[in-house]
Order: sequence, then structure tokens, then C-alpha cells
Amino acid sequence: MLVLIGAVVGVLTAVVAAFVPWLPEQASVQRERIDFVFWLTTWICVGIFALVSAVLIYSVVKFRARPDDDSDGAPIHGHTGLEIVWTAIPTVLVVVIGVASAIVLWQNDRAAGDALVVRVTGQQFAWTFEYPDGTTSGRLGLPVNRDVVLDLGAREVIHSFWVAEFGQKQDAVPGIRTRLVITPKKVGTYDVICTELCGPGHALMRSFAVVMEPDDFESWLEDEAERQAGGA
Amino acid sequence: MTETAIATEHHHHPSPPPRPTGFRMLLAPGWLRALWMAPLFAAIGAGLVVGLRALAGWDPVWSELHVLTVALMVMAPLGYLAGIGCFDFWVYYASGRPTRPDDHSGHGATRWQDYFRVNTDHKVIGVQYLATTVVFFLVGGLLALLVRAELAQPGSDFVDPESYNGLFSTHAAIMIFLFIIPAFAGLANYVLPLMIGAPDMAFPRLNALSFWMLPIGGVIMLGSFFYAPLSAGWTQYAPLSVVGSEGNVFFQMGAQWAGASSIATALNFLVTIITMRAPGMTFWRMPLLVWANFTTSLLVVVATPFIAASQFFVLFDRVIGTDFFQPAQGGYPLAFQHIFWFYSHPAVYIMMLPGFGIASEVISTMSRKPIFGYRLMALSLMAIVFLGFSVWAHHMFVSGMASWLRVPMMITTLLIAVPTGIKVFSWLATLWEGRIRFTTPMLWALGFVSMFVIGGLSGIYLGSVPLDVHLSDTYFVVAHIHYVLLGGSLFTIMAGIYYWYPKMTGRMYDERLGKLHFWGTFVAFNFTFFPMHLLGIQGMPRRVADYAPEFAGLNLWISIWSFVLGASFVVFIYNLTVSWARGVPAPANPWRALTLEWQVSSPPPIFNFDRVPQVVGSPYEYGVPGARHAVLDGDREAAGLEEVPAR
Repeated sequence: MLVLIGAVVGVLTAVVAAFVPWLPEQASVQRERIDFVFWLTTWICVGIFALVSAVLIYSVVKFRARPDDDSDGAPIHGHTGLEIVWTAIPTVLVVVIGVASAIVLWQNDRAAGDALVVRVTGQQFAWTFEYPDGTTSGRLGLPVNRDVVLDLGAREVIHSFWVAEFGQKQDAVPGIRTRLVITPKKVGTYDVICTELCGPGHALMRSFAVVMEPDDFESWLEDEAERQAGGA
Repeated sequence: MTETAIATEHHHHPSPPPRPTGFRMLLAPGWLRALWMAPLFAAIGAGLVVGLRALAGWDPVWSELHVLTVALMVMAPLGYLAGIGCFDFWVYYASGRPTRPDDHSGHGATRWQDYFRVNTDHKVIGVQYLATTVVFFLVGGLLALLVRAELAQPGSDFVDPESYNGLFSTHAAIMIFLFIIPAFAGLANYVLPLMIGAPDMAFPRLNALSFWMLPIGGVIMLGSFFYAPLSAGWTQYAPLSVVGSEGNVFFQMGAQWAGASSIATALNFLVTIITMRAPGMTFWRMPLLVWANFTTSLLVVVATPFIAASQFFVLFDRVIGTDFFQPAQGGYPLAFQHIFWFYSHPAVYIMMLPGFGIASEVISTMSRKPIFGYRLMALSLMAIVFLGFSVWAHHMFVSGMASWLRVPMMITTLLIAVPTGIKVFSWLATLWEGRIRFTTPMLWALGFVSMFVIGGLSGIYLGSVPLDVHLSDTYFVVAHIHYVLLGGSLFTIMAGIYYWYPKMTGRMYDERLGKLHFWGTFVAFNFTFFPMHLLGIQGMPRRVADYAPEFAGLNLWISIWSFVLGASFVVFIYNLTVSWARGVPAPANPWRALTLEWQVSSPPPIFNFDRVPQVVGSPYEYGVPGARHAVLDGDREAAGLEEVPAR
């Protein structure tokens, strides 16, 4: 009976996990690795949740005191073997998640030597992106399938750069430079938002990351340079 | 509120001295004296600020912010506390005059007015705490509903963005410092001395001062609504908390009062637990609520000074020109985060460990079974205390801090799931082969176990650095914190209030209304907060007044259910108040529990125990015929019990 309840809860939770579109579109190589850890963690959590629910549901049904029953339960104080098991197994599970996470973290921090370096500045309440040739833009144009290193800084208060489809996030802090690696793998336009409360304009501090084929990216960069030279 | 106990040994309650009349009313400790002392102290504060600024040659001499901070947030509260009488005994003592022996005539409550004055009875103080924290809970809840009203649709609907930032910031500040932390302190204040067989806390006057400092913190924080929005989040990150709205000063100072209250109470609990346990109550015979409050108090005394420091530093950066966090002058913004989170992570255990203790008491009693694995339950509390000081930078994985620190912090963060998991499994095993009664406190305790598992599992996601890189500062975090703070802490506070309500009030609450409250809250809570996991993973950031249109449907759903959640607490307030006035009189031990507080009347005698109890066994010996936790009426020899081991 216990096993049956566990199986039912497990299946229901698994269905929710598998068929609800939890994750946004995967547009970077880093997101592939993040999503791997996400699913590893999810299946472990589904298992734990099913086990806990099974015991809880079974217990509240099977061990309910009848209205006229005033007696006590069995004087069970503990069981050393059980306590060892439920200490050891969670330890192993979190170590597994930790090791997978550490490996993914190391991989997501690495960029090729010829990565494109873009200097990002957050201010109240806009993002500015500066390219190696000095061109600046209010949008983050990026070439697809090439490592990009974002070199982040901020003017007055802390901001935080995030594109959900890229997965990678990092604060932009006044007084120091911070670093973020993104390898876009899908052409498209994605929202850039600020994820550190920075004042009244925090919700509106938005921009776009535009991932393009390399040729299109070069043209875009030239257009932005022209606009900069010709405009203000 | 008299009891049916036998004649007391050496405690008798003398009648209070006659109340002063005429001019003397203004000099006797109380609200009338506070009415003139608070403004007097405020004026002195203003004078100090203006005088010092004039002496230093600063221009302008009158600075609203500086006068506000000193006169209204420091001096006026001191004058108020002095006026109502918190310092009288100590001032008298320190002045060198002969002390007046305390005849305990002011102890205890016989009229409702006794709850509004400085009272040294831990039972009165406990009720004062609970009433105050429930009021602030309603205020914090109202703020949440205002937040959800604004978020029901995209775009700016009711409030401008800065005011919106003030709403959620104050919501969090009030809920953390004026509800969860002090509500647990209040419950423990009432129950703990009874549970260890003591007549009161170790320092009853300090206990009273602790309580009266608390509403000062809340009033200051809420005062921001009359001045400028408290808008940098309860987390008050520099530089925004320094260069942003002046309203943030209201948190920086309010937190000092709430923090001082918390530290003094914790000190009191530590000394009480260490020195005032009844003979025979070794540490290994203490109920788990006592263990929980002992470990929580260790956390409080060590960690809380760090938030005090962090708030002083951002305050000073703003008002006296220090450079702790200003990069242009060589300051380092991330230092704030390290100092702040060094407290604020242990703070979440401060907000949960007492709840673990309550859950153990309720689950054991309502299952009529010993707590499974008592020793490991106590040791896991200690493990959480130690580990809890080593995980703070998991709040800073994307902060740009030293990158090498992320993996060690991830390891400690993931490991802390182990002692926490031990507790969950032990509660489940306590249910096994029990005789479970589904009373309202038990429903809350079981609801807590299930909701806390969900909150804990979402915490595993956040503990993994690469996952946290995606999930940090999104609604996934909002979901996690509410599952552990509402589904966790609040559910256990409810369990505790319902469980000890008969003891505190002498009345039974209405069981049907209690169940209605639980189910209404449980369903509405899950419908409100579970979808936030999805919102966060999909890309909705937190602390935003406006959001992308694709998130509109879920936000509307959440907002609607949040109002149902709010409504469920109307049932709670009604039940609490009406049952106190008209509820069925409660017996001494309606739950047939074994711990000491249930062995005296409901409510207890004024000095708790007529004779010092003698503890002879574990507090959880259900199912063992003839087992006794304690002997109360001195018949140990007659009962054939052996010598109690020396403490």
C-alpha cells in the first residue's frame, strides 16, 4: 500500500515535472549544462517527494486514532540502522548534485582565448554595451556560436545582468569589474533584464540581446558605429 | 485568574500598592509619564544634533534627516521606555540608593490593563509578544495584499514604482522582525519556564524591556510611510540603501530596536535554560522545544550583532559621511553583503528552529508516541547551528565576490540539507504506529512537514551554483522563501498558538473554526505560491512592479489566491478573540501531554509551580505504562522513585 501511494505520487509529480514547460528556450551552451543539473536535481527531488508523501499519506490514513481510542502508540524511541540510512543516503545525493554542479560551474566559467569581450555598464536605469573597437550600443548584439566574455561594471548602485534564455547571470557592481561567459547557440532576440533592485526604474531597466550570424553581426556593429558617429 | 491548586509554600501574592493620584500620576511609571518623557528626550536629541552641528560649523544647522534619526529614532524611544518604567529599578540601583525589595505585587495580570504596562511575569510578557506580533502580522499581510493588487496586472496600476518598492520592502521587514522572530520568542517566553519547571525567566526585568523594545522597531519601520519609501528591500544593499530613498533609514534604525529585543531575549533564554531547569532535568531529558530555543538563542546572540553593524554602516555612510561602501572613496560594496548575510542566513534558522521544536511537541503528543530519534533530533539542531554560520555566501553566488568562495559555500549549503532531512524523517517515523488525533495543532504541524519539504527541496536547487546563477533574484526565490517561511515558520507558529492556547487563556478555541482556518490557508497558500516556481524559472525577476506580458496570466491567478489566503486569517482572528471571551473553559491538560506546562492549571498559577517539580524521566514516554516525566507534589518517596541525580 505504501509503495502504491509512493508510485502514484511519483508518477503524478513526474508528469508535472516532464510536461509543464518549466524551462525557457535554451539559447546558449551554458544553458545546456544548467539544464542538465536542473533535471538531475529534479528527478532526485521527485523521488524524495514521493517517498515523503507516501509515508505521510499512509500514516495519516493507517494510524488515525478512532474517536473512542484513548490509547498510546507503540513506544518506539528510534532505530539506529534507519537513522544511519537516512543520514547517509541524503548525504550521497547532495554530494552527487554538488559534484555535477561544480563541474558545470567550472565549464560555464571558461571561455576560449579568442572570445569576444563586451564591456557592459549598468546605470539607473539602462544598459550600455561597449565593443572592442569602441562602438557602444544600447543593445547587446552577439555573433552566434562564439564565446562572449562580458566585463561588467556599474555606475552608482548594484545592478545585475540576466538573459533567461542564456541562463548566465552576474551582478554589475560599482568599483569592481565582474565577469560572465555566454556562448549563444541560437539566432534570435532575447530580453535583457536587471535582476538586482536598483531603484524606482528597476523593472524598466530592460534591453535586448540580439544573436546573429557572424556576417550579420559585423554589419550590425558597423551600423551601430555609424549611428554613434553620425548621431549624438 | 485563580487556580484550584493546594495552598502555596512560600509564594503569596501581596496586593499592589495604591495607585498614585493627582500630580504623582505624571511621575509614576506608565503611559502618562511616557507621554511627557518621550517628547522631552526627543527635544534633547534635537538640541544635541543642532548644537553639535552649530559647534562644528556645519551648514545648515537644522538637518531634517539627522534630527529625525537622533531625536525620533533614538531619543524618543529611550524616553518612552524610561517613561513606562523599564529602567526604574536599574536607575534606582545604579544611583546608589538602598534598593527596594521587590514584593512581586506587580507580577501577573488580573485585569486587561495589566497587559499594557511593564510586567515582569513571563506569562504576561508572552501574551504581550503574541498579541503584538499578530497585529504586525496583519499589517505585514496587508502590505503583501497591496503588492499583489499591484501585480495582478502588468503596468503601473495603483502605486508608483518607488512606493511599490516600499511596499514589498516593508512587508518583508515587518514579517521577519516584527512577526516571525518575536512570535517564536513570545511562545517560548510563555511556555519555556513552565516546561523546565521554573517560576519565571532568569531576568524578568530584562524580559520586560525586551518586549517593550519590539513595537518601537515596528513603529519606526512603519513610520517610513509618513516620510519616504523604505525602498531598498529589507536587504538594504549598499550603495542603494545609502544613496537611495531616505526612508531606508527607518529600516536601518528600526532593525536596531528589534535586534536589541531579540538579543536580550536570547540571553535570557540561555541563562534560564542553563541554570533554572528543575532538579532531574538533564539536557537529555529536556523537551525538544527547550533544545530548539536553546540552539536558536545561540544563533541570535552570535549573529544578530552583525546585522546591527551592517545597518549602522549604511546609516553612517549616509548621515555622517563614512566610506565603508563608497567605491569612489575606496569602499567596497560587497562588504555590506558579507556582513549582512553573516547574520541573515542564521536568521532563517532563527526563524525555523523554534518551529522545529513546536512541531516535535505537537507531533509527539498528537501521535501519542515518543519522538523518534530524540538524541539525533537534538544533535541535528546543534549541527544546523554550526553549519548555519558557514553558508552565508550562497546568497551571493552572482554578486561578483571572490569566485573561489562559491564552491565551498555550495558544499556547506548542500550539506545542511542532511540534518534538516534527519528531522523530517524523524517526524514521519514518529507518526508510524502512532494513534494520531487530527486536532488543529496537528493539522498545522503536518502541513508544516509537507510544505517545508517542498521549500527545502527548492532550496537544493538554489544551493547548486550553476542553477542559482539562473534562479537567483527570480520568483523562484520568492517561492522558496514563502514555502519555508510561511509553509514552514508560520505554520508552526499557528500550531504553537493553537496548541498552547488553552494553557494561556484557560479556554478552548473553536475546533471547527480552527480546521476551517487551516484548510483555507493550506489550499490558498499552495495555489498562491507554487506557480511562482514556474514564473521564476521562466524568467520573471523579483522586486518588480511591472513584468513582461507573458507572465500576466499566472500573476493574476496568484493575486486572486493571495486574497483568499488573506481572508483565511479573518477566521483565525475571530476564533482567537471570541474563544478567549466565550470559549469552553479548558482543563489543565486537554491534550493529555506529558511535559511540565500541562501539569499545572490552565492558565497556570501566578508563580507557575507550588512546589519545585522533580523530573524523573523523558518527556516523551508515551506507550510506556507507569512512565513519569516528573513528580509534582512531593510524593517521590511514596511513589518509590529513586534519588534524582544532581544537576
